[in-house]
This record gives sequence, structure tokens and C-alpha cells, in this order.
Amino acid sequence: MSADFLLELRCEEIPARMQARASEDLARLFTDRLAEAGLKAARLTSYVTPRRLALIAHDLPAATQAVSEEYKGPRTSAPAQALEGFLRKTGLTQDQLEDRDGIWFAVVEKPGRATADVLAEAVPAIVRAFPWPKSMRWGKASLSTESLRWVRPLQGIIALLGDEVVPISIEGIAAGRTTLGHRFHSNGDVSIERAATYAERLKAAHVIVDQAERRRIIEERANALATEAGLELIPDAGLVAENAGLTEWPVPLLGRFDPAFLDVPPEVIQLTLRINQKYFVLRDPAGALANAFICTANIEATDGGKAIVEGNGKVLAARLSDARFFWEQDKKTPLARHAEKLARITFHEKLGTVADKVDRVARLARWLAEEGIVKDADPALTEQAARLAKADLVTEMVGEFPELQGLMGGYYARAEGLPDVVADAIRDHYKPAGQGDDVPTAPVTIAVSLADKLDTLVGFFQIGEKPTGSKDPFALRRASLGILGLIIENDIRVSMRNLIAAAAHAGEGDAGKSLADFLIERLKVQQREAGIRHDMIDAVVAVEGSGDNVRMVNRVHALQNFVATEDGANLLAGYKRAANILKKERPENGKAASAAGEEDPGAALTDPVVADAIRTHDALVAAYAPEPAEAALIAALDEAEPRAATAIAAEDFEGAMAALATLRGPIDAFFDSVTVNDPDPAKRDSRLNLLTRIRAAVHQVADFSKIEG
Amino acid sequence: MQGNGSTPLSFQQLILTLHDYWAAQGCVILQPFDMRVGAGTFHPATTLRSLGPDPWNCAYVQPSRRPTDGRYGENPNRLQHYYQYQVVMKPSPPDLQALYLGSLAAIGIDPLLHDIRFVEDDWESPTLGAWGLGWEVWCDGMEVTQFTYFQQMGGFDCKPVTGELTYGLERLAMYIQGKDSVYDLMFNDAVGDRPAVTYGDVFLENERQLSKWNFEIADTEKLFRWFKDAEAECQASITAGVPLAAYEQAIEASHIFNLLQARGVISVQERASYMGRVRDLAKGSCEAWMAHNGWAE
Repeated sequence: MSADFLLELRCEEIPARMQARASEDLARLFTDRLAEAGLKAARLTSYVTPRRLALIAHDLPAATQAVSEEYKGPRTSAPAQALEGFLRKTGLTQDQLEDRDGIWFAVVEKPGRATADVLAEAVPAIVRAFPWPKSMRWGKASLSTESLRWVRPLQGIIALLGDEVVPISIEGIAAGRTTLGHRFHSNGDVSIERAATYAERLKAAHVIVDQAERRRIIEERANALATEAGLELIPDAGLVAENAGLTEWPVPLLGRFDPAFLDVPPEVIQLTLRINQKYFVLRDPAGALANAFICTANIEATDGGKAIVEGNGKVLAARLSDARFFWEQDKKTPLARHAEKLARITFHEKLGTVADKVDRVARLARWLAEEGIVKDADPALTEQAARLAKADLVTEMVGEFPELQGLMGGYYARAEGLPDVVADAIRDHYKPAGQGDDVPTAPVTIAVSLADKLDTLVGFFQIGEKPTGSKDPFALRRASLGILGLIIENDIRVSMRNLIAAAAHAGEGDAGKSLADFLIERLKVQQREAGIRHDMIDAVVAVEGSGDNVRMVNRVHALQNFVATEDGANLLAGYKRAANILKKERPENGKAASAAGEEDPGAALTDPVVADAIRTHDALVAAYAPEPAEAALIAALDEAEPRAATAIAAEDFEGAMAALATLRGPIDAFFDSVTVNDPDPAKRDSRLNLLTRIRAAVHQVADFSKIEG
Repeated sequence: MQGNGSTPLSFQQLILTLHDYWAAQGCVILQPFDMRVGAGTFHPATTLRSLGPDPWNCAYVQPSRRPTDGRYGENPNRLQHYYQYQVVMKPSPPDLQALYLGSLAAIGIDPLLHDIRFVEDDWESPTLGAWGLGWEVWCDGMEVTQFTYFQQMGGFDCKPVTGELTYGLERLAMYIQGKDSVYDLMFNDAVGDRPAVTYGDVFLENERQLSKWNFEIADTEKLFRWFKDAEAECQASITAGVPLAAYEQAIEASHIFNLLQARGVISVQERASYMGRVRDLAKGSCEAWMAHNGWAE
């Protein structure tokens, strides 16, 4: 016979943001605990409201299965100590053992346990070890710091198996079958007969225990209110969930605010409504922000919500007045004057004030414009935008709403009549804020954004504040992705080395090598989104030393496409075969060549070892008549090498790959019909030199040894 | 909104009603602490009494000074001097939320007409080395009370935990009276030919003059000196075994620091260091108080 189990843990208001996770944790911990005891529910239903976490385990068996476990013991002829040890281990006496062909066997019967007993053990254990992000002590019991911790004071427990209370007591709170309904709409205890009636009994007491149902009510009612008012709700799933976490009986209500407030930038109004008041925002049919809000009450008010709307409207008016005051007040001072106050804000104790940073960024941004690294950016406007970009940090509005940094600066710049390109650059210079965010394309904005991020990155690397593991307090990974995004998407042709050098702060440590490596790692992360393999990047980085990310990425893309073709795959196989033979026969040369390759691009051809190999090869090749496949490979190399080199110089990486592809057939044929390890040392040497030449030719394009698989 | 009578509660009637209510719950009704403090929590009846095992239930009004919030009497919501109504109960009673809601009913807030909500808001006071978990209580979207279960004070675990309620009296009164400006609040009710007085009648000029003093006049050289003096006096008092006196000097240093901030003479870097010095004084006083009472761990 099976039964449903209902658990309700009722407490004072659980923070909205913690409810979903807590509900999942409860289900998981419950499932695990029961599984340990050999119990499994047919399914679980989880509920959460601000005042309760609940769970229904459907169809639990009445008891765990009885099990019979058999243990093999020592031989009957074994010394007495062995037998004693076995008896201790099994808890049996000798007459309970079975002698099977001279070996002792013990059969231990484990009776099934009543499910109620398992639950009576499991629930207190789950409660005591519950993983709340923050928990507290309370009441008389808190005289000891060992007292029970919960997110807020725990007040009651329902534990019902079938229609029986499971006898549980946790730090003086005894489980029963009663709970409380809505804080204001319900009086006295609500008694629950069994799990199946839990939700309906509470609904009768004005509590909707199902969070999904509360979300649905909020969404539907808010949309209906908007429609009735001829407006449209701006969807906000996070806000729906938050309001569902703040109510047991959600009642959305629509209110209005003075349209005069609409002079304030819409983003400010939206934030005021959403963040401070948790109100929904609406727009009119033309798409403009409407002077309306929807709040979600937790009661069915006796006056239909009139007083609530009025009260909320007043609070909102006070908030919007503050916002309008900040807006008017901030506009009275030009951004250049605001910017003077940046000298009072420390950017980082070792990197000076924000004013110092602004000065560095302004010079760097101007240099990017003047050098034409960022094309079509007017140097004077670029410098101006950079000098004003951080000024809004000291405005009242950004002090109140830090998330409006940049955006407000843009508004203030326009309000004082600065050119649009300057205002846009101020507004957008924090972009891209993360992967997936829009990358600026306006030249002045690019220059300021790039300079700002470079200064941050180089500065922190110079003072030794590199991200480690999960720690990245200065968001340097994000800054790097921003830099790469700006460079690659805007096709900015510049060497990373030059950029880092230009951004270097006077008098600080050297950031060069470690920062360059860090950026390569970031490039792998950034390109992973585009489906580019990290080993392709390694293969190109090993030979491409220009530090020009655009060039590098083009090359990587060509390489990955090439390796995916049949020619590419076969060339890779041939290359690996050649490289393996070389590694075995000439280990010292391989090392030298690849080490040189990392330092300097295209160095393979000028590398003394390689050059020497080619010279020796030319000398040796005349000493014997090459076999046909050998001759064909030499001819193919003679043709492919200059073609690849010319293509690379022209940044035609597809062309370079195509040139290499012509080697695939001759290499395959060579390995098929020619023995490298010929007994004649002259032939062997010559053929090894030929393999070296293949490797060098391939390394013009990429270090294929870095490619996996 | 209506009180128990037919007219809304005046500012002083609001206070008297809360006094009656909490006195009936067994609270000692104390008078304000006679020093300048930033919040009701600084009153030794909260800070020091929340330490140690002895039960303590108490309520009082505390004038609170926030020099940087001064607006020369020109902002209807912001004041450099305002009132908090503070209730502390140790150990926190199991029905503290219900008791609190009872106090709202007593001042005329009908929970079936107005939307009362407990919204997560954890409290931390770096200068007191204190923290707790709780909520801000919303009434129709307005924060009217801070509700906190203290977990630590002066760096010590609260054993047992104190429940603290801090009502913003002006806000609450504005709500009850339906006023948009704090200065329009009815402070009392007219009696016969003796006229009613508004909050503005009592405090507007104070706001003007004190905002000016806080922001423009206060002699910063003296303030710096006073800070150092209070700091030295606090430490001397700790050494002399009079922690209550030491704590008063810690409060003094904390307020002087707030004044220095209003004068804009403390840089961002210095700010952290000053806050650390105030915290050391507050924690040192709490530590000495614990030792004095034999509660040290």
C-alpha cells in the first residue's frame, strides 16, 4: 500500500530571490535522503510562497523492502581468530552460520523499515543542513550559537504520511497537520487532512501555493489591465517571478503618474519603477513610455485597491521627483565641470584617481585616432569624448542609479549641445559589456571604448592584479573580450604588442608577455562562440607573431575550414607522419624549429637548421637518382612553397591553404612508395631533409603539430 | 487614513500611541539618548543591551542626525535631523511580526485596505561591527519600518538574538496624514483656541540653519581635533574600565566623522580608514562592556 507524503516548512518571509533555489534544494535533498534508505516517490510536487516551502512525494511505499544479505566468511578450517573476526563483523553467533562446502556463510536478514520512520529521520536532517545562502538564529534558543539556523525564523512544520502525522520535532517545533493561511485574509489554523487537499485548503485560505500559478495570474492580470487602459505591458519575466515571490495572493493594480515626469529620460523612469518599486512598466501604442504603472498587491483590498494605488502613486511621485530633481540639477553643470570632481575618486590605489585614468584614456584614444588605427575618428572629438566619458560618475543621477553610467553622460552631453558623435561615444563607451552585447561601430566611440578598456587591462596587469581562477575582481576578462570584439568586428588592423606598449603606464611593471598570453586565451573563449577550435588558434599563434588579431582570426578561420576538407585532413595526416619520423630521428632539430616558430612568424624558412637542411638536401639530391615519388614531391614543394608565401604576404589564407593542398597527393605517394630509413645513409639523410622541408612548408601557414586528432 | 478616532493621528499622537502599545507589550519606555547619533540603533539601550544573555525589552524615540541628508529645508522628504521610533526585544519573541502588525493596527493602518509586505533587506553597520537579517516593511510600496534580527553586535555573536524594529516616524506620519511634505505634518491637534502646530513650525528653521552649519560653517580643523579627542578619550575610558563612558565617546567620534563627510573634506581613501577607526572604538567599547559583565567568550 502506498501513500503520499506532505511536508510544509513554514517560516517568516523568505526573500523572493531565494525561493526557486530553495524549492529545488528541498526536492533534491529529499530525493537523496530517501534514496539512501531505499525509497523512491513516483513523483514530487514542489511549492514555494514567501511563507512556506512545501513538497508532496507521491506514492511512497509503506515500508522499505526487506533485504537478505549474504556474506562469505573464512574456511571452516581457518584459525579461530578468522572466525571470530567474521562473527564480529556480521553480529551473528557461530550456530547461525552455514557451512557450505567447508566455507562459512552468513545470511543477514534486514527487515524493511516503516516509511514513517525513515521520514522522521530524514526531515530533521534536511532542515538542519539546509543550504540557505544566508541563514540566522532567533528566539530563546539563540542563547546558544548552535541553535537551529533557517533563512528567517521557522514557525511550523506539517509532516503528513497518508492521513497520519509523522512524529517529527525539530528544536522544539513539533510537526502537525495545521498551518496558517494568508496573513490578513485568513484567521486561525488551517487543518490539512492529507497531501491531496493541501493546495485547495490553502487556496480557500487565500494562499496560492503554486508559484507557477501565481506567476500566471500576475502576467495575465497585468496584461489585461494594460489592454483595458489601451496600453501594452513591457514584458519582464524577472519582475513577474519577483512579485510572485512577494505575494501569496497576487492582485495586480494599475495606477498613473503625472505625465510631466515623462521629461525625465525613460530609462530613469523605468529603473525607478522596476528596481525601487518592483512595478511593471507600460508603453503606449506608439511605443513610448506611458505614464502608468502596475503594482502587485498581496491582498484583495476592501476598497478594490483604490487606497493601495493611491499610496503607491504617492511613493512613486516622490521617487520620480527625486529623479527629476537629479536630472535638472545635473544638467545645470557642464560635464567638463563634473569631470573635475573625478580627481577626488580613487580608481585604484596603485593606478591613481579616476581623473588620472581619464587623462591616460584621452591621450590613448587620441593616439588611436591620429595614427589611423581607428579609421575616420576625428582626433579632437575623440579626445573630448574621452575626457567627458566618466564625468557622469559624479552626477546625482548615477550616484542613485549606478547602472545608468554612460547613458546619463550621453543625455547630459546632448543637453549641453555637444556634437552627437561625442554624446554617442560617452553613452556607448562601456560597450560591449559582455559577450552578446552590441559592439560599437561609430569611430569615435570605438576609439574611446578601446582606449578605456586597454588602459584598465594594461594597468591592472602592470600592478600584478591578474585574474586567477574564478577571481576576477576588476572584470579584466570582460574588458579583454570587449577589446577583441571591438578589434575584430571593426576590422582594426593593429599589432596587439603596439597597443599594449602605447597603453603602458609610466613607472609600472611590465605587462607585455603575460598580457599577450592572457589575450590569446580570451581570444579562444571569444572564438569558441563562433565554433572555432582552441587548437586551431594555438596552431596559428605558434607561427603568426604580428599580434594583429584580425589577421590571426582570418587565418584561423581559413585553417579550420581547410582541415575540415578531405585535402586538409590528409595533409594533416601526412604532416603528422613526417613530424613523427623527424621527432624520432632528429629530435634536436624539431625542437629548435618549433621553438623558433613561436618567437617569430614565418621564421621556419630563415631558421638556420631548416636552411641548412634545405642546402644539404640540394647537395645530396644530386648524389643519387631520386625515386619518382621523391622527385614529384620535390617538384611539388618547389612550386607550393613560393605560392604559399606569396599568398600569406597578401593575407590570402585560403590561397595559402590551397597551395599546401597540392602537396597532399605527392606526400601520400612518397610515403607509399619511398622508404625514408634507407640503408644508404646519404639517401636516408636526404629524405629526412625532405620531411623537414614539408614541415617547414606547412609551418608557413600554421603549426599543424598543435592541431588535435 | 484614520486613527482610532475620526481624525488622523498627529505626529505626537503617533508617538504616544506607539508608546502605549509597546508599553502594554512589556517594553521599558525610555527617553531619547542625549547625544547626537545617526540612528536609533546607536542608543546604548540597543547597542550595548543587545549584548549578553539578559532579557531586554525597550522602546524609545531617537532623534537622528544625518548631516549629509540636509537640504536646507527645501526638500519635502529629506532632513538632516529626524526621528526614529525604536523597539528592541531580547530574546526576539516568536510572535514579533504579529506584535509589529498589531502596532500598525493601533496607529490606524488597516491591513485589508493597505498592502503590507515584508521585503528582504539585510542590515549591516560596518561602524558598529554589526549585522542582522530581516526586511524593510512596505506599506503600499513605501518603506515604513526596518525589521531586523541582530546576529552580531560589536563583532560578537548575539546570544540570544535581539529583534529590532525601526519606524521612520515622519514617513509614517506623512502617510497617515496624507501629507506630501514633512513640513506640513500636524505636530499636534488644536485644543480650544490653542492652535495646532505643524512640523515646519517646529523644525523648518532648524533645517535651514543646521544644513548651513553642517555643509558650510562647521570648522573642519576643530572637527578633526574633536575626532582625535573623542578617539583618545574613548580609548582612555576603555583602559580605565568604564565601557559605558567609552561608548559615548565612540558615538561622538562617529558623529564628528559624519560632519567631516558633510564638509567634504574626507577623501575616498581616507573614508575607509576613518570608518575603521570608528569601528575600532565601537568594537573596543563593546568588548570592554562584555568583559565588564563577565560575558567575554
